[in-house]
Amino acid sequence: MSEKEFDYYLKGEKGEYEVVIGLEVHAQVLSDAKLFSSSATKFGSEPNSQVSLVDAAMPGMLPVINKFCVEQAVKTGLGLNAKINTFSKFDRKNYFYADLPQGYQISQFKHPIVGEGKVILDMPYGTKEVGIERLHLEQDAGKSIHDQDPKNSFVDLNRSGIALMEIVSKPDLRSPGEVGEYIKKLRSIMRYLNTCDGNMEQGSLRADVNVSVRKKGSKEFGTRCEIKNVNSIKFMQQAIDYEARRQIELIEEGNEVDQETRLFDTKKQETRSMRSKEDAHDYRYFPDPDLLPLRLEDSYIEDLKKGLPELPDHKKQRLISEFKLSNYEASVIISDQAVSTYYEEVAKNSDYKLASTWLMGELFATLNKEGKDITESPVSAVNLAKMINLIKDGTISGKIAKTVFEEMIKNDVDPSKIVEDKGLKQTSDPKEIENIVDKVLETNQDKVEQYKSGKDKLFGFFVGQVMKEMKGKGNPQMINDILKNKLK
Amino acid sequence: MTEIYQLTLYDLIEKIKSKEISCEEATKSYVDRAKKSQKLNCFIEETFDQALDKAKNQSGKIDTSKKLFGAPFAVKDLFCTKGIQTTASSKMLEGFKPEYESTVTSKLWDEGANLLGKLNCDEYAMGSSNETSYFGNVINPYRNDKDLVPGGSSGGSASAVAAHLTSATVGTDTGGSIRQPASFTGTVGLKPTYGRCSRWGIVAFASSLDQAGPMTKDVRDASLLMEVISGHDNKDSTSAQIKQEVFSQKLTKDIKGLKIGIPKEYKIDGMSKEIIDLWDKGIEIVKSSGCEIKEISLPHTKYALPAYYIIAPAEASSNLARYDGVRYGFRAEGKDLIEMYENTRSLGFGDEVKRRILIGTYVLSSGYYDAYYLKAQKVRRLIKNDFDQAFKSVDTILTPTTPSAAFAIGENVDDPISMYLNDVLTVPVNLAGLPAISIPAGYDQNNLPLGLQLIGKSFDEQTVLNNAYAIEQSINFKPNFKDWWM
Amino acid sequence: MTITKDTVKKISKLSRIASNEKFEENMIKDLNAILKFVDQLNEVKIENIEPLASTVEQELIKRDDEVKKMNEKKDILINSPEENDDFYVVPKVIE
Repeated sequence: MSEKEFDYYLKGEKGEYEVVIGLEVHAQVLSDAKLFSSSATKFGSEPNSQVSLVDAAMPGMLPVINKFCVEQAVKTGLGLNAKINTFSKFDRKNYFYADLPQGYQISQFKHPIVGEGKVILDMPYGTKEVGIERLHLEQDAGKSIHDQDPKNSFVDLNRSGIALMEIVSKPDLRSPGEVGEYIKKLRSIMRYLNTCDGNMEQGSLRADVNVSVRKKGSKEFGTRCEIKNVNSIKFMQQAIDYEARRQIELIEEGNEVDQETRLFDTKKQETRSMRSKEDAHDYRYFPDPDLLPLRLEDSYIEDLKKGLPELPDHKKQRLISEFKLSNYEASVIISDQAVSTYYEEVAKNSDYKLASTWLMGELFATLNKEGKDITESPVSAVNLAKMINLIKDGTISGKIAKTVFEEMIKNDVDPSKIVEDKGLKQTSDPKEIENIVDKVLETNQDKVEQYKSGKDKLFGFFVGQVMKEMKGKGNPQMINDILKNKLK
Repeated sequence: MTEIYQLTLYDLIEKIKSKEISCEEATKSYVDRAKKSQKLNCFIEETFDQALDKAKNQSGKIDTSKKLFGAPFAVKDLFCTKGIQTTASSKMLEGFKPEYESTVTSKLWDEGANLLGKLNCDEYAMGSSNETSYFGNVINPYRNDKDLVPGGSSGGSASAVAAHLTSATVGTDTGGSIRQPASFTGTVGLKPTYGRCSRWGIVAFASSLDQAGPMTKDVRDASLLMEVISGHDNKDSTSAQIKQEVFSQKLTKDIKGLKIGIPKEYKIDGMSKEIIDLWDKGIEIVKSSGCEIKEISLPHTKYALPAYYIIAPAEASSNLARYDGVRYGFRAEGKDLIEMYENTRSLGFGDEVKRRILIGTYVLSSGYYDAYYLKAQKVRRLIKNDFDQAFKSVDTILTPTTPSAAFAIGENVDDPISMYLNDVLTVPVNLAGLPAISIPAGYDQNNLPLGLQLIGKSFDEQTVLNNAYAIEQSINFKPNFKDWWM
Repeated sequence: MTITKDTVKKISKLSRIASNEKFEENMIKDLNAILKFVDQLNEVKIENIEPLASTVEQELIKRDDEVKKMNEKKDILINSPEENDDFYVVPKVIE
């Protein structure tokens, strides 16, 4: 297989530049209650309706940790092939903001719950390993709404205190393309684990993007800028591209890049310096005196490890070896856990290859058209497998199968019933086919002459005529064979 | 004749339960006296009418299973009380009515006590004289030629107990805030082991040090109140998972065989002869009770106060960040959010609070964390190690509570360090998380009360109480102030 | 270490406490006195000593993942300085 080469280098006046990117992904933990309070975490509820006295930081209120959130973080760590720390601590990160009621965020600074790990990306130029620096648990902030009143901002604390996993990558990413694949991979792992729903539109997955540039071939890192809180892959990619070019321009003009926090303006498609963060760099972290260190038993970690579902990388390898899928097919199928489950059910009960062809062809097209995901598929895995088996045993042709499939979309029933009701069964009786072939050749004597004198293309014409006579139900393979024989 | 308000908490409840006194009479006795004692400025919020109504309701429905049935009870204004203004003596929280009740105070009401009002204290419990309160200083019922401070931060609580404006009270102690005012007012104050009482619903000052505790007329009252307010609370992650105890039932003055340590480092430079004599008197009493006296060394004592003045402000600077004018309390105008914050916090906090927030911010800020905060935490470890070492050979430690008696209002306000030195003998206990009690031991030459402190092992409040009870019985301290303010 | 006017300005800013000339003067005096006092700690040998953040020696208490309603919406908005039935209202935030 010929692999493409990595080619994301940006051209400046004075040479080519490499872009260095590290991500701090904020993933909301899937849990019923918040990290340190018993309030609900439901998205889209009435403003301030999921806010307890603890979340609103009323005087004298204290945090108590949700054990399931700890479990979710450990599972995610295991999914990232990372070291789980049996000793971790909660620190306070101190800063003032309207949607941060305590005036500090409870986070983990010196001793995160998860240490180093790695994620493997499939790029067109081969696999790429991205290092994970750490994963830690922290509280999400509330939301400020700025566009409803000219003088005031409104604060909704429903999100305040929901558990977040901050997943910090090493500065290993080198292009917007890699960033896209990295986010998709993280999301896929967390969805397999059911630790984060990865819903970027609802903000349950978002990232701070650290970008710097350096001359191609250089080993030194440039000064980085942090683009805060970007909530779609597309915006991350646009922000990186803009920011990298901005930095190159600065460098080429002989200016310095300031290490600063920037904001991506999605309308103007540009990054700009964030005023509100100007003096907020001294977070005065210290151990939260309201909490004690979090200690995990080795047996607890082992038990969680044993209970982990099969993860995408492993599943992909298995699909390739067990079902003989191509790398491409396997990648597409495993990217969504529900798709892979559907595929396996069809494949195990019918034919590996046809299952993949029908899934990625007709079914994906249908889902796409109807705006549904696989869990809402109008055709069940059981019935699709039955239909593939009808193709395999010669009951219907691939062409007829498309008609049957159309019917199944409307009505998800046993395909053999459709074949029966509509009389779509294939004719595989050699006598009957021979009779019709003879009849067709008889009425087309001139064409037979032309064919025999070398006009090979006419073969298709004969097949078509036979099929037409048989109302499309003739076994194509047999028609082929008999025709070839007669035309010798 | 003994007035109702002069009774101890224990005796008052006995008389209510035996129907000698009605709940109404009890409450009325305190309310009448409190109304005539406005000059002492003990109360920030008075709930006299509610208390009288509740007492009326209680009369005739005596529940002998309740440990504090019918007791009129004012509490330090650091405890959040549902629907009742809770200010921490700060302008920042003026008018703030919590929609919740602190764990400690709910235990009081569950046992039948009756809220009389909220007691003045230093702003956010930061002070040793009650002079930092936004609601004015509290006056000590003891006086010489001048009005004296009651100590702090639980100054309103101490004065109120001493002057019989409440049957007993709960205070909080971060560096001596129960014991030092108890010592200044001739009352009993117990700081329990850290984790013994829930911190839930108490306005936080320094979370790793804050602990609520009883302030009472005598040791038996302290033991009764202690068993009511202690116990595990799953809403406080630092609350000890330890079984409930019945301290009052196990209270005994038989302390024969107890080994009592006398730390030589507590005889600090400039300590008056009167205090040293009183200390010696305490030593003689326990000796005659059959205790063994051992001289011990707590070598890092001197460094407790400096470590405390790093750790406590650091935690406070973060704990007080929530007072930002957004969700409750005072808000000043500002053209944008940052200006609103800055004006609110500048006008809402008093000078001492601002001083501590700034010093706390400084010691945590980048470049200074290791030199100050981390170092202080290491010293804290050494101080705890000193006590651990000492408690291998003794059961309790006996010391004076304060280096001096109550001082005049205004005397120390311009010099933060001399004010801080008030806590030099009480602060080490908080850093080590240990239980300690202050009991009145006698008077100085100006007829001002002085206290002795007994420090115990972790969660061994019982031995501390027994030891204190024995000394108390022997000293037989009697309040000797006149009701000069009436 | 000494606290200068710039230090006071910086930490006031971090603490969100408005500062002025007089405040700065007072704080320089007080804070330096406190720092001088706490500098006594420099005499202590602290090599190889573990810092002590809490005297509690038990395991961290954990809660089940259960939604429990602790209070009504109005209970958290009732004390808000700017009256509004749905939100906390603050002067415009400029990002």
